[in-house]
Amino acid sequence: MSSNRKVLGLIFSNMHDNTIPDITKERTMGSVLFGGRYRLIDFPLSSMVNSGVDEVGVITKSNYQSLLDHLGSGREWDLARKIGGLHLLPPFSHVQSGMYRGRLEALYGVWDFIKTSDADYVIMSDCDVVANIDYSKIVEYHVETGADITAVYAKDVVTTEQAQHATVFSINDEGRIVDVLINPVISGACNISLNMFILSKEFLKNIVLESASRSLYSFEQAILQARTHEYKIMAYRYDGYFSKITSMETFYKANMSLLNTDNRSKLFPETSPIYTKVRDNPPAKFAIGASVKNSLIGDGCIIEGTVENSVLFRGVKVGKGAVVKNSILMQDTNIGSKCDINYVITDKNVKISDMRLLTGSQNYPLFLGKGAVI
Amino acid sequence: MYTTKKECVAMLLAGGQGSRLYALTHDMAKPAVPYGGKYRIIDFPLSNCINSGIDTVGVLTQYQPLALHDYIGNGQPWDLDKQYGGAHCLPPYQTALGAEWYKGTANAIYQNMAFIDRYDPDYVVMLSGDHIYKMDYNKMLQFHKEKKAVATIAVQDVPLEEASRFGIMITDDDSNIIDFEEKPKNPRSTYASMGIYIFTWKKLRQYLIDNENNPDEDKDFGKAIIPNMLKAKEKMVAYMFEGYWKDVGTLDSLWEANMDLLNPNIPIDLYDPEWKMYSRNPIMPPQYIGPDAVVENSMITDGCVINGTIDFSVIFEGVTIEAGATVTDSIIMPGSVIKSGAIVEYAIVGENCVVNSGVQIGARPETVENRDDWGIAVVGHNITISENAKVLPKQIISENM
Repeated sequence: MSSNRKVLGLIFSNMHDNTIPDITKERTMGSVLFGGRYRLIDFPLSSMVNSGVDEVGVITKSNYQSLLDHLGSGREWDLARKIGGLHLLPPFSHVQSGMYRGRLEALYGVWDFIKTSDADYVIMSDCDVVANIDYSKIVEYHVETGADITAVYAKDVVTTEQAQHATVFSINDEGRIVDVLINPVISGACNISLNMFILSKEFLKNIVLESASRSLYSFEQAILQARTHEYKIMAYRYDGYFSKITSMETFYKANMSLLNTDNRSKLFPETSPIYTKVRDNPPAKFAIGASVKNSLIGDGCIIEGTVENSVLFRGVKVGKGAVVKNSILMQDTNIGSKCDINYVITDKNVKISDMRLLTGSQNYPLFLGKGAVI
Repeated sequence: MYTTKKECVAMLLAGGQGSRLYALTHDMAKPAVPYGGKYRIIDFPLSNCINSGIDTVGVLTQYQPLALHDYIGNGQPWDLDKQYGGAHCLPPYQTALGAEWYKGTANAIYQNMAFIDRYDPDYVVMLSGDHIYKMDYNKMLQFHKEKKAVATIAVQDVPLEEASRFGIMITDDDSNIIDFEEKPKNPRSTYASMGIYIFTWKKLRQYLIDNENNPDEDKDFGKAIIPNMLKAKEKMVAYMFEGYWKDVGTLDSLWEANMDLLNPNIPIDLYDPEWKMYSRNPIMPPQYIGPDAVVENSMITDGCVINGTIDFSVIFEGVTIEAGATVTDSIIMPGSVIKSGAIVEYAIVGENCVVNSGVQIGARPETVENRDDWGIAVVGHNITISENAKVLPKQIISENM
């Protein structure tokens, strides 16, 4: 952080698990694979680290084996620290914390952790938005405007389906939020919440403890919506690249959006890298007869066939004569020779035998679960 | 079990300049030179150590150590960050008696006897930072123990016509080394030393002290320690290694060793999960292969943006190859940019170079009338080649042109 303000990061790894239930069946939203080598949590976590946050708590709930495995000690994010660093916060970690129903209850459950931090401010983020954000600017904005809460939003044109998984703000001329709609049935240009909030630790303490005493658990409903006019809730507009995952279709589109060079350069600027777990794969190998166009290729891939308009994660193999188009192949997927694969999403370790033909469609890509053998 | 004793400690000689790599080692030691798309030469001995169960490695540095020290850091990428043991960089240092450089390989170890003694090892394996190979040092150690040897030297059976380029071991039927010749004109054997030794530490320690105290002797393993041991009739054995092993001490051999990775018939497999090669991984997004790209027979890694034509090449992290550029039979090191219309053939381009459009680097061997005029073209690190310039085969560029 440019100034001396100390900021604590809090990441909610399980919020929005239900938007892509097929992929989150065996993992949290935070550990969903994205963009050829990442997990969704890498984006808020790297953004925080690059913004000078050196203490981050990851609140989790269930299915968190893959998340723990991915984060480890936090070393890859430079968060294996004596002072601050990464803290994993599962439920049932002390007497007061059980299975939480919403953000406020989750915060109450980990209050002992938050309490001991000497941070003045807290950034909260979910894992459903892929973006590379400089939070230090938003903290400055929060302090300058004297807000109680600052909510990060983006202007976006959404479908009804997307809006139903979003919080939408009405904002007045001073940038203050005057109305909050949760999962509304609307479409068109909206101020979409990116589910990132900044508050002072003191203010957070007041609302968390008060809400606990009233059995309120939803931050969106009980605070943003119910107290819109009581609290000064400022909106900070983010206008960089982002993708908000609300369904399998938007997950697919978000991955494909990285084939656009402009989007990639916004999401991966040299000055603020996105960190992720190191896997020590060798470089990708392109064999004689390989043909690859407009695709993202992770390290450790061995490509002997044709790949177009696709995202291949680390360690994927594409056999001789196979054709892969418009697909997302996650880690260690193995495509046999002479397969024809179009609009398919494979989870980790999927094996497709030789000569198979699999086709989904653009708005409904065919999904193959972890370890499936076809 | 926690113990302060280590059975075997590795000492990696990484202080050499590697002067035959010319422009590539102007400002970095040879072991730090990039190899194989995302590695540096030193990744091979370091990964071999950890894969062989050796978790204590002293890396002796002297020439241009910055890049090397930076790269090794605390040894974490190789799992060599240990509470006790791990990777340690050992540059020359000052003592109460004065300061001196490492005067030779034997002197380098002599000056670091205190480091080795801390671990009270029974054996010391000596490695160098200029070879590409995958080897289980533990198997060699078992051989050393079975033979009750004082010194075990790893050897490869090389073709007779190449034997005079190497240190040659003459052995009896029971692998005992009975003589040793450095680059003999008429080799009496085809067993070439690989520069990998295992010594029984107590014995070696005494030879190092005697060598240091004898002002007439070279402070070098090949010139003094090994001949002295032979003279004293110590038990010395040759350990035959049959896998891939390549010295990358020259520009041609560095280029060849990279190309070997693209040849399925050559047994150096980086994709074997049983013997992983570790390295300090770059923090970059996956590579993007664009709509105009034509890529075959090549290795490419994270952070690259490829729109040109690539064949038989090894492309390191963060390289950009624009549409209309052609790279064949070449090595492009990290961060370099090959602009549209440039042609790179049979060449090595160093780190962070800019090759502007219309540039021609290197040429195919068949385009050159006299084969003696042909060789790999080399561009050093951080060099800009301006538009339409031509780098001839065999030429080595170490300044902007």
